[in-house]
Amino acid sequence: MPKDNGIGASSKRREDVRFLTGKGKYTDDINIYGQTYAYFVRSQVAHGTIKGIDSTAAEAMPGVVKVFTGADFEGIGGIPCGWQVTDRNGEVMQEPAHPVLAQGKVRHVGDPIAVVVAESLQEARDAAEAVDVDIDELPAVVDMKAALAAGSTKVHDDLTSNLCYDWTLGGEKADVDAAFENAHHVTTLDLVNNRLVANPMEPRVAIGKYDAADEDYTLYTTSQNPHVIRLLMGAFVLGIPEHKLRVVAPDVGGGFGTKIFHYAEEAFCTFAAKAVGRPVKWTADRSEAFISDAHGRDHVTKIELALDENGMFVALRTDTMANMGAYLSTFAPSVPTWLHGTLMAGTYKTPHVSVNVRAVFTNTVPVDAYRGAGRPEATYQLERVIDKAAREIGIDPITIRRQNFIKADEFPYATPVAVEYDTGDYDATMNKLIEIADIAGFAGRKAESEAKGKRRGLGINCYIEACGIAPSNLVGQLGARAGLYESATVRVTATGSIAVMTGSHSHGQGHETTFPQVVADMLGIDESMIDIVHGDTSKVPMGMGTYGSRSLAVGGSAIVKATEKIIAKAKKIAAHLLEAGEADIELADGQFTVAGTDKSVAWGDVTLAAYVPHNYPLEDIEPGLEETAFYDPNNFTYPAGAYACEVEVDEATGKVTVERFAAADDFGNVINPMIVEGQVHGGIGQGIGQALLEHAVYDSDGQLLSGSYMDYAMPRASDVPSYVVDHSCQTPCTHNPLGVKGCGEAGAIGSPPAVVNAVVDALADLGVTHIDMPLSPNRVWSAIQAAK
Amino acid sequence: MYDFEFVKPSTVDEAVAALSSEDAQALGGGQTLIPTMKQRLASPTKLVSLLGIASMAGVSENNGVVTIGGATTHADVAAAGLGAVSTLAGNIGDPAVRNRGTIGGSLANNDPSADYPAAILALGATIVTNNREIAAGDFFDGMFTTTLEEGEIITAVSFTPPSAASYQKFEQPASHFALTGVFVAKTASGVRVAVTGASEEGVHRWTTAEDALNTNFSADALEGLSVSPDGMIADLHGTAEYRANLVKVLAQRAVASC
Repeated sequence: MPKDNGIGASSKRREDVRFLTGKGKYTDDINIYGQTYAYFVRSQVAHGTIKGIDSTAAEAMPGVVKVFTGADFEGIGGIPCGWQVTDRNGEVMQEPAHPVLAQGKVRHVGDPIAVVVAESLQEARDAAEAVDVDIDELPAVVDMKAALAAGSTKVHDDLTSNLCYDWTLGGEKADVDAAFENAHHVTTLDLVNNRLVANPMEPRVAIGKYDAADEDYTLYTTSQNPHVIRLLMGAFVLGIPEHKLRVVAPDVGGGFGTKIFHYAEEAFCTFAAKAVGRPVKWTADRSEAFISDAHGRDHVTKIELALDENGMFVALRTDTMANMGAYLSTFAPSVPTWLHGTLMAGTYKTPHVSVNVRAVFTNTVPVDAYRGAGRPEATYQLERVIDKAAREIGIDPITIRRQNFIKADEFPYATPVAVEYDTGDYDATMNKLIEIADIAGFAGRKAESEAKGKRRGLGINCYIEACGIAPSNLVGQLGARAGLYESATVRVTATGSIAVMTGSHSHGQGHETTFPQVVADMLGIDESMIDIVHGDTSKVPMGMGTYGSRSLAVGGSAIVKATEKIIAKAKKIAAHLLEAGEADIELADGQFTVAGTDKSVAWGDVTLAAYVPHNYPLEDIEPGLEETAFYDPNNFTYPAGAYACEVEVDEATGKVTVERFAAADDFGNVINPMIVEGQVHGGIGQGIGQALLEHAVYDSDGQLLSGSYMDYAMPRASDVPSYVVDHSCQTPCTHNPLGVKGCGEAGAIGSPPAVVNAVVDALADLGVTHIDMPLSPNRVWSAIQAAK
Repeated sequence: MYDFEFVKPSTVDEAVAALSSEDAQALGGGQTLIPTMKQRLASPTKLVSLLGIASMAGVSENNGVVTIGGATTHADVAAAGLGAVSTLAGNIGDPAVRNRGTIGGSLANNDPSADYPAAILALGATIVTNNREIAAGDFFDGMFTTTLEEGEIITAVSFTPPSAASYQKFEQPASHFALTGVFVAKTASGVRVAVTGASEEGVHRWTTAEDALNTNFSADALEGLSVSPDGMIADLHGTAEYRANLVKVLAQRAVASC
């Protein structure tokens, strides 16, 4: 019988009551007495020199409070980058300045040049049109290959070139090259991981506030990690002591990575609030989001797989150009390196793996983490080249994967690319996939499709990813300029209810439901007695926020650690109340019992005693019941799974429809199965979006052609099938107390290769071997024509 | 959006009078104009809503001629039982668009990817305005251009129902406008094939296909024909060659489903 409380229960998402009834409180819902409105004047050209800015007319317009330009930010810090990659020669990456407002040059369409602060948004926008910006346009650097060519125009004049870094990971080049030379077969594939725009439902918003009497600043912002913003903005941009800066991220309507980063608009609103002496509010509109939110992916890769005569992988070599855009966004350098290269071994025992990545500056919007961040790019290229190799040498796509799997008894397994998988069972998820996807029935379904004039294809994919990036001392060596622990405070009230302050941040993940399940399970009390507090640096201990599917594995573990401290202290109190030895106290179902007796006190008796300590061991322990823990994991977690996609292709039009999609995931232990399934559904939807629909396209002048929903195709309900998902294969993580691995990004990582493999399968007999994403009808049709 | 004046007259005459002021603009359902104004790409000083004119709304049939009021919403056309025309209307945009957008607004805008122009041209419909009747063939005048005079209002569209008709729309993946759409109609004056979304000249008839279909009304009759990509629209979502292919494929499918 399914549980209805605690770990393993599909508790309904309590936050949905307010989200679904319009009662959510988002940043734009916050309005502060006396607030002003900011409107950004942004570059309409991709690259140019600012000859002059004349804001005289704008300043004279109705309602205008002040017009800011780059000159107002001279001497103010730039937007910092949070990760410094060291290249193959031991040199640190090239790191350009990233001003809050453009200083002398603009480097992408959307680069902020000036800001009008006015009494109303309408007046700010009217005046922004009157700001006269004189720009000498320069040639735009858009294509990465051209950007790296000798003599290319430079995005940053003070850097030596457009190369941010040239990074390598894995085996010695000589070993890898030798393995290739001696291989029975080599499969090569050139592919593009398409640039995406995250498009959370809620656009970014920032409100800055300054209290002159207390010299306190407050920033309300749409962030996945308010403490990180406080640290980056306070220490590196504006020079505000952290105790004088409060950052609040209330309900946030989706992030997908793009709300991790510290953005210029946050620093601007905080700075301007003091400058004008009133709160300053900025709300992006959707068009603005397209040219100011960090984009995702945008890799161009050549991958080669060497195999022996039995189809065993002997070596893998990949060479990637990764687009950084015009500036380094907060975690941009880490995405193509430590979040990408480290996953290139996949679920396989390939003895030699070599990864090379060149990160490139271009006159485009900065690129940074987007759901999956590096792992989708790794999985896509690996699983595409495996599929191609299987077809070339005539091995079934399931067999070739299975025979190369790391086996369940071979963990822990150290890969050639710097990580050690703690646990897994890839045969188990493959077996489960074969069952739930009804692989055996594919031939019959293919015949049915053919009978109605459609081609049908089956695509298999196995992914592995890394969540809960850690430990801090290691990531520090890898270039992270932050720790990657998480914090929790468990605050018990006198009457036994609990507030849990977590450094994680929920923007759709359901923490308010899942986290209480953990605490309820540990204490044996009802979930409804526990609330989660997050998203406010004035309420929550220093935390690192939510990204990289880390919240339960890291944040949840911190909650466990803090709750363990609570239990330890509560047992001391119970022992005193029961006049028994502390070691004899057992906690179950909310009752403290003396082992082997019927003597017990209830949870509420103990919590009341903690705060009304009339009968209390004051000589041994302090009153009160509140504990804090910081948890720093000693490894990543490694969720993995096997996915299958079936598509139909209309050969005459190239239209692809996803007919079936099955996902067998191993997330370790699962706290709330329903929320896990929801996360997988959302991830698969975004993955199908990337595979078939989404594409941020720039023209050669650096203009974003797909800058609205008229041209940027988001997946709709009609674009996806009803999914079959399973998470019953569970190899619990060996090193966190919950045995959990993380499920937020898996769907987006595992699905694109499954979709593309399916389409190529459908067209393989025509001679089609690869189509770059998105597999738009035109691209599929063109591939068919080219193969004919 | 810039400030503007808004009026909602109840008669066509009042609307025509209101539109005589400088920079006044007629407003149907606003599904194109309002987003354009919000982006500050259009700045009429006065909007004259046509939705308050009772005589311009609704569908009627008289002596074998169907008349659709210019201010009739797509949803109302979809529900009117007009065969392929209703099916077409029921696939425009999304429910919000269909419940606001009007046939008159769509035709006056003449978006090269809009659906209605293909139906109107294929049906040989008549565009009725406040001061004249315009044959469909004389109405469309290239992308976003019609032969409407300044201030002229489409009060109705009328046509004789075809004996058979089908509209095949291939959706642009992002906007769900017609990447290409083909409307085939068997009319009293013969088969007419109208194509939207494909040509740089806007909606047009594929007369070669009409000739073939007048001889042999079957999808096979089009098999030997080819469509030139010259003059076809090329954009992010489709090359000229791709659109040329779609014209033929969709025309064949339309014939097959007539």
